Amino acid sequence: MIQVRELSKRFGATVAVDRLDFSVEKGEILGFLGPNGAGKTTTMRILTGFFPPSSGGAAIAGHDVVTEPMAARSSVGYLPESVPLYVDMRVGEYLRFVAGAKGLEKGRARHEVERVQKAVGISDRRGQLIKQLSKGYRQRVGLAQALLGDPPVLILDEPTIGLDPGQIVEIRSLIKSFAGDKTVVLSSHILPEVAATCSKVVIINRGRLVAQGSPSLLRPGGAAGRGRLRVVAQGPAQLLAELLSKVKGVAACSMEDAAGGEATCGFTLDTAGGSQVQAEVARAVVGSGHDLIELSPVTASLEEVFMQLTTNEPGGEEAAA
Amino acid sequence: MKSFGAIYMKELRSYFHSATAYVLLVGFLLITGYFFYAGVAQYAMFSLQAMQNPVMMKINLMDYLVTPLLGNMAVIFILVTPLLTMRLLAEERRTGTIELLLSYPVSDGGVVLAKFLAAWTMAAIMLGLSWCHMLILLWISEPHAPAMLVGYLGMLLLCGAFVSLGVFASAVTENQIVAALISFAGLLLLWVLGWSSAVVGEEAGPILESFSLTNRLQDFSRGLLDTADVAYFVLFMGFFLFVSIRVLEAKRWKA
Repeated sequence: MIQVRELSKRFGATVAVDRLDFSVEKGEILGFLGPNGAGKTTTMRILTGFFPPSSGGAAIAGHDVVTEPMAARSSVGYLPESVPLYVDMRVGEYLRFVAGAKGLEKGRARHEVERVQKAVGISDRRGQLIKQLSKGYRQRVGLAQALLGDPPVLILDEPTIGLDPGQIVEIRSLIKSFAGDKTVVLSSHILPEVAATCSKVVIINRGRLVAQGSPSLLRPGGAAGRGRLRVVAQGPAQLLAELLSKVKGVAACSMEDAAGGEATCGFTLDTAGGSQVQAEVARAVVGSGHDLIELSPVTASLEEVFMQLTTNEPGGEEAAA
Repeated sequence: MKSFGAIYMKELRSYFHSATAYVLLVGFLLITGYFFYAGVAQYAMFSLQAMQNPVMMKINLMDYLVTPLLGNMAVIFILVTPLLTMRLLAEERRTGTIELLLSYPVSDGGVVLAKFLAAWTMAAIMLGLSWCHMLILLWISEPHAPAMLVGYLGMLLLCGAFVSLGVFASAVTENQIVAALISFAGLLLLWVLGWSSAVVGEEAGPILESFSLTNRLQDFSRGLLDTADVAYFVLFMGFFLFVSIRVLEAKRWKA
């Protein structure tokens, strides 16, 4: 549905996107990951036809974004990061304008405006001025305009940024509901979000492709089944450390600075045995007569994933083509 | 075509959403109304004198009332059109809405043209309402109606040229005030070019003067339709709209 080939974009001497290559199939939800300034927004702007690439190309639904811009734009619904809306307009009026600007026929436009208002839950706000809406509702209006005309491809730049947790869950489940039907590109720098919503991940850094593959890439250690656990238990630190490092599947055990009181101590375990290790660790601690206070998997930060992927550890078998 | 209409209607409506349209319309009609009243009063005085003085018998409504009134309106439009156009593209770029607008299947040219036509329509509405003065003349006297129509056609073209310059100014900056200042300065310059033969001499003067927008209006406001003048206005608009589209593209590529 989306093909990106050797895509580069330079602004003067700065290279924003450097020979990027990836593709998204119909029905996939692609998580487009990277730290700030990695080139996510630039890539998305090229895909939506805001500016042309310096070299290379991209096609949406088979239409090249440079040579057939109108056809490509007709297939895309876009939500920019800053959610730029005409704040002096009312919600319903704004959506009717967008429907017109997208070239929908009058009858269909009315139907579509109703549909998207219902889909994102803003039907009761249609008469309100956009400038009076909260950030969450603006985000929904932004999403609504992207959905107008039922485009096969959705490009969403950080769609959950600035929302409260409840809204994040709502928007995420809405995006998830598109899976199989629409092709979605979703940029983010929040790992759990991508892991929860996406069926495919593309990671870029400084404009270059770092890795692409399934969301399992995002777990520390990636697809090799390695992980990291945080354990807090009550008991003598030395003894516990010995105990923990003997558990099957634990590769390394390091003690943390005692944080909560004298009797408790925390450990970080590097594991290599998949999810059973967690149970093994719990059994070991409790079985030895100590109290287990906390046992949780450590999710990697984006930086850690980058470190791992860029230092090219084995296990990135799905890594960059 | 559908998208073009949607953008045009949105722009036109946005004048009426804020107080802009109403303030401009009321202000414009008040000022032209005053000029009209003063013109009529003066003309009445002239007519009285003309009854005694056969040399002044040649005075007519077109030359002594309509032409000066149109000239005054042109000056008012120099002040007003920058206010109509400053927002058009500058605000879209400042708030980033241009990014979303251009993700819809509309071309840069379509956007610029729709916005230009919306602002021109607004100017035409102002102009159209001032036609009430002409209706009063038609009611109380027998002016030459076709000549008045040609005068108004000239004004319409003049406004179009003013608006196209304003669109260009709005394309080159994200700041509305700067856009208004650029178009204001440009319009003033094109106005004073009409006096340049007094400054630069006999040879260069007429060349510079031929670029003056207000000089081009003179024939129209006397009721004279000259294709050279029409062509000048059309080319003027075409040039500035073309440059606006190019500027918009260039700015976007560097965004």
